[in-house]
Amino acid sequence: MIKIDSKIPAGPVSEKWTNYKAHQRLVNPKNKLKLDVIVVGTGLAGASAASSLGEMGFNVLNFCIQDSPRRAHSIAAQGGINAAKNYQNDGDSVYRLFYDTVKGGDYRAREANVYRLAEVSNNIIDQCVAQGVPFAREYGGMLANRSFGGAQVSRTFYAKGQTGQQLLLGAYSSLSAQVQAGKVKLFTRYEMEDVVIVDGHARGIIAKNLVTGKLERFSANAVVIATGGYGNTYFLSTNAMGCNCTAAVQCYRKGAAFANPSYVQIHPTCIPVHGNNQSKLTLMSESLRNDGRIWVPKKLEDAKRLQAGEIKGSDIPEEDRDYYLERRYPAFGNLVPRDVASRAAKERCDKGFGVNNTGLAVFLDFSESIERLGIDVVLQRYGNLFDMYEEITDVNPGELANEINGVKYYNPMMIFPAIHYTMGGIWVDYELQTTIPGLFAIGECNFSDHGANRLGASALMQGLADGYFVLPYTIQNYLADQALWAKIPTDRPEFAEAEKGVEAEIDRLLNIKGKRSVDSLHKELGHIMWEHVGMGRTEAGLKEGLELLKKIRQEFNTNLFIPGTKEGLNVELDKAIHLRDFILMGELVANDALSRNESCGGHFREEYQTEEGEAKRDDENYFYVGCWEYQGADDVAPVLYKEPLEYEAIKVQTRNYKN
Amino acid sequence: MARNISFTIKFWRQNGPKDAGHFDTREMHDIPDDTSFLEMLDILNEELIADGKEPFVFDHDCREGICGMCSLYINGTPHGLTERGATTCQLYMRRFNDGDVITVEPWRSAGFPVIKDCMVDRSAFDKIIQAGGYTSIRAGQAQDANAILIPKQVADEAMDCATCIGCGACVAACKNGSAMLFVSSKVSQLALLPQGKPEAARRAKAMVKKMDELGFGNCTNTRACEAVCPKNETVINIARLNREFIKAKLAD
Amino acid sequence: MWLTTSSIGRKVIMSVTGIALVLFLTFHASMNVVAVISSKGYNAICEFLGANWYAVAATAVLAALILLHFVYAILLTLQNRKARGASRYAITHKPEKVEWASQNMFVLGIIVVLGLCLHLFHFWFNMMFAELANNGLPYVDVDSATNGVGMIQYTFHDAGVCSAIYVVLYLIWLCALWFHLSHGIWSGLQTLGANNKVWFNRVKCISTIWATLVILMFVFVVCWFALGLDPILG
Repeated sequence: MIKIDSKIPAGPVSEKWTNYKAHQRLVNPKNKLKLDVIVVGTGLAGASAASSLGEMGFNVLNFCIQDSPRRAHSIAAQGGINAAKNYQNDGDSVYRLFYDTVKGGDYRAREANVYRLAEVSNNIIDQCVAQGVPFAREYGGMLANRSFGGAQVSRTFYAKGQTGQQLLLGAYSSLSAQVQAGKVKLFTRYEMEDVVIVDGHARGIIAKNLVTGKLERFSANAVVIATGGYGNTYFLSTNAMGCNCTAAVQCYRKGAAFANPSYVQIHPTCIPVHGNNQSKLTLMSESLRNDGRIWVPKKLEDAKRLQAGEIKGSDIPEEDRDYYLERRYPAFGNLVPRDVASRAAKERCDKGFGVNNTGLAVFLDFSESIERLGIDVVLQRYGNLFDMYEEITDVNPGELANEINGVKYYNPMMIFPAIHYTMGGIWVDYELQTTIPGLFAIGECNFSDHGANRLGASALMQGLADGYFVLPYTIQNYLADQALWAKIPTDRPEFAEAEKGVEAEIDRLLNIKGKRSVDSLHKELGHIMWEHVGMGRTEAGLKEGLELLKKIRQEFNTNLFIPGTKEGLNVELDKAIHLRDFILMGELVANDALSRNESCGGHFREEYQTEEGEAKRDDENYFYVGCWEYQGADDVAPVLYKEPLEYEAIKVQTRNYKN
Repeated sequence: MARNISFTIKFWRQNGPKDAGHFDTREMHDIPDDTSFLEMLDILNEELIADGKEPFVFDHDCREGICGMCSLYINGTPHGLTERGATTCQLYMRRFNDGDVITVEPWRSAGFPVIKDCMVDRSAFDKIIQAGGYTSIRAGQAQDANAILIPKQVADEAMDCATCIGCGACVAACKNGSAMLFVSSKVSQLALLPQGKPEAARRAKAMVKKMDELGFGNCTNTRACEAVCPKNETVINIARLNREFIKAKLAD
Repeated sequence: MWLTTSSIGRKVIMSVTGIALVLFLTFHASMNVVAVISSKGYNAICEFLGANWYAVAATAVLAALILLHFVYAILLTLQNRKARGASRYAITHKPEKVEWASQNMFVLGIIVVLGLCLHLFHFWFNMMFAELANNGLPYVDVDSATNGVGMIQYTFHDAGVCSAIYVVLYLIWLCALWFHLSHGIWSGLQTLGANNKVWFNRVKCISTIWATLVILMFVFVVCWFALGLDPILG
């Protein structure tokens, strides 16, 4: 039985964080030196938390699965990071960023958390600039901004198309400074396999040294997981190949509630799937929607000919193009939030207007902006993305392809929605603590700030907010409890038991000795997820999906083949452990989607839509955070708990991007 | 439309840093040329697993050219040969022809010992950054971001230096096993920006010292590093590092 | 001492000694051209640079520079081989941007040193050394150790078949020296940090022109006398 208490501080939303900080308990400097904190993950959230905790004096043990902390998947974020600086003097404010984020999240986020996020957003930019992050600048030397989906102001700071990389390298450099200072101990190529709970508190982890294959025990006064999302459940996603949800799922198994798993973000601008061998989907930054226009042919016969490969996009003149986002959402046009843009693309393709051989693609066209701004300006803004696109598809979007009646047409890009980010995650309270005391979750791996849909450039903001400015405070409120200060030796039975459990699982997987490779099963899982638990969900489809997922688990448990042994490096074994947890995660997503009889944000139930095909929320019955509790075994259905949402500052209404 | 190609692949097998290592050879049939190089290796691995063999081990992660994890030496070039800078994961099979022999090797350098097959240990790069690749700023102390004006050209140049993904292709291509391009890119980024200036001298000295300690070679300006850098870092950075270092030492 | 203990320091030694030697070569080449113009003028220089204390001292400095340059070249090469590790690539592809000379500086350097030995044997041995040790009498059939033009004529023309061989060897030597300098001058400046985005191509261009001019002057003098021509002004 879990207890869901969000611990939101009293007072008006704009004063909650200030009040909290003023009254929270702190750990004095001398005592910090005695306390150990485990941070799992070195992405934006993990690296910033580890370095900040190290700076404060805590002893930090920091783990990552890659060969270096700098390679965490935060690095792949392209577009930018939001902050309410109002440098552009376009009417931005903390309140407006807060409001946009809550609205973008389809009124399913926790108000207090989002306000805090908007509040600290400005500190993030200051901090990153001080670290030497080379954000884009104007000629006068001021910071430049661009606009992103879901906002009517320009508040996105960026570093070319590599903002995530630059922010991560900033956090990584701070982390490195703390490693040098001896405050952070780094463990690379280590994977967390289990969390160890002593007397009801998270007091350590079992981690696998991926190179030697050995299981090792680590003890600490608190455990922070910053291990990212579960997008790879779908096999094909924009996540890196190594992204997995094993650490999070293991916390869930040990009693941490998992919140809103059905809120999965599908990014509208990815390069379409091209074949069966594809291993991942490549994102084309949302920033392209600033200057690119999305369209499909107006006439079905044109689409048919495109699908047959008889004509190219540039053969279709302006008057025969349907800029469907501009048509449907005049106020926001191509810059509607991601979930809206993705569904609109799916709607067109479902109607037969898809533009490639699979019928699952739409065009993103730069002809108009190249004519307006000149190719040089466009290349300066998006050159590296154009190069990337050409390398993958052999088509150059900056190349003049056709001229009809004096209008120049450039090669359009082809894009299609793909799984990108997971708003759901480990449930945390206002202090970012999970339902297991002493276990904290930050970054994408918690559920906290984005509601049912995340706005572009907000993931970086949240990761760094949690890591630099929120967790280092709130964790002290927990660590100030002197009862927790005793060192826990790793030879306690709790550690032995946890290690034995992991070992037994590894032996079980290795001894299945069936015929199927991990990837072949994972692909099958991904297919089920995309078809039944993807962009458009139905009750029948979800039920069928759950049946199929059971079969996948059955197949996994009886017919899996892992070559090699548990000694030394065994990539297939690690992938198998991940897959075991993806299957559980898949069921969790499907269960949550089935229980939520409404459409909101990234969760779209086809039964619940307006006549115009827009999402239809049900605030009367579903205005809550869905928290799931594990019931002792993977094949037992989880139990739902509800955290009711309470809005004080914002009036809940239907999202409107039309006018 | 994709064409299918068949070719021979020779891939490096090595069990740990002390093993001598050898090439395994396999014929690959009818691989669509819109497959990426790493996806082709996925296919290879599926075939190996189907035969009950251990898969070919190589580092890879984001598969969109930014994490710097992938590190294969393909037909004599780090990351394989493309017209513009690209990492292994951005190499597509359309670059190859029917009947080719494709040789895949690990980064070979004393600074990067082999862990297994083509997976190497690049933790030396982390150690170099830890020696000084940062500005000493504590979270929460920073002044307003616009308080320091940085001319666009300076910011852009710093950005170009900061683009380095730390993949190690520069070291792999260098006949001297030198890490100067990597080190100089970080030193340059922070030396160009006003935020990095207070610690510039200390940083250059500390990072070069660590680089030398870790056994990387001496730069002889062959420019092999910049020719293979997937992010187009240039030896201009190395000149800047030399300048910063000499300046710092002369000032002592 | 950072010059010897750090990789950049060691390169600074290579660079500074190298650039000093380039300056010497430039002086030497211009001096040689005088031989083509006037034997009197050239011999005056030879006398000036004979067994005087300052010329001997300068020679010692020069020898030290060459030794330093050479010893550090060996040191760096050994270190670099170690840094490269024990295993070698099965296949290597040389990028277009990478100049051949830049990857073969050590081999080129050895050719240059071998050529230098021959050259010292021909000239320094019969001139400065002869003055110091043999009362100004050369060990070959030339009247005086300060008769520079005579020495040149003897080496490249008057010694029969040997002269022909010497000319070929000198041309090979100068060719190697050109390759060495074409990379060396630029590389030396780069090591000292005298390079940036704007000056990159300029520095490269100036270095190549400089190296070519110096070598052309040497080649010109060798060819002039090999063809049996006399100094223009006699």
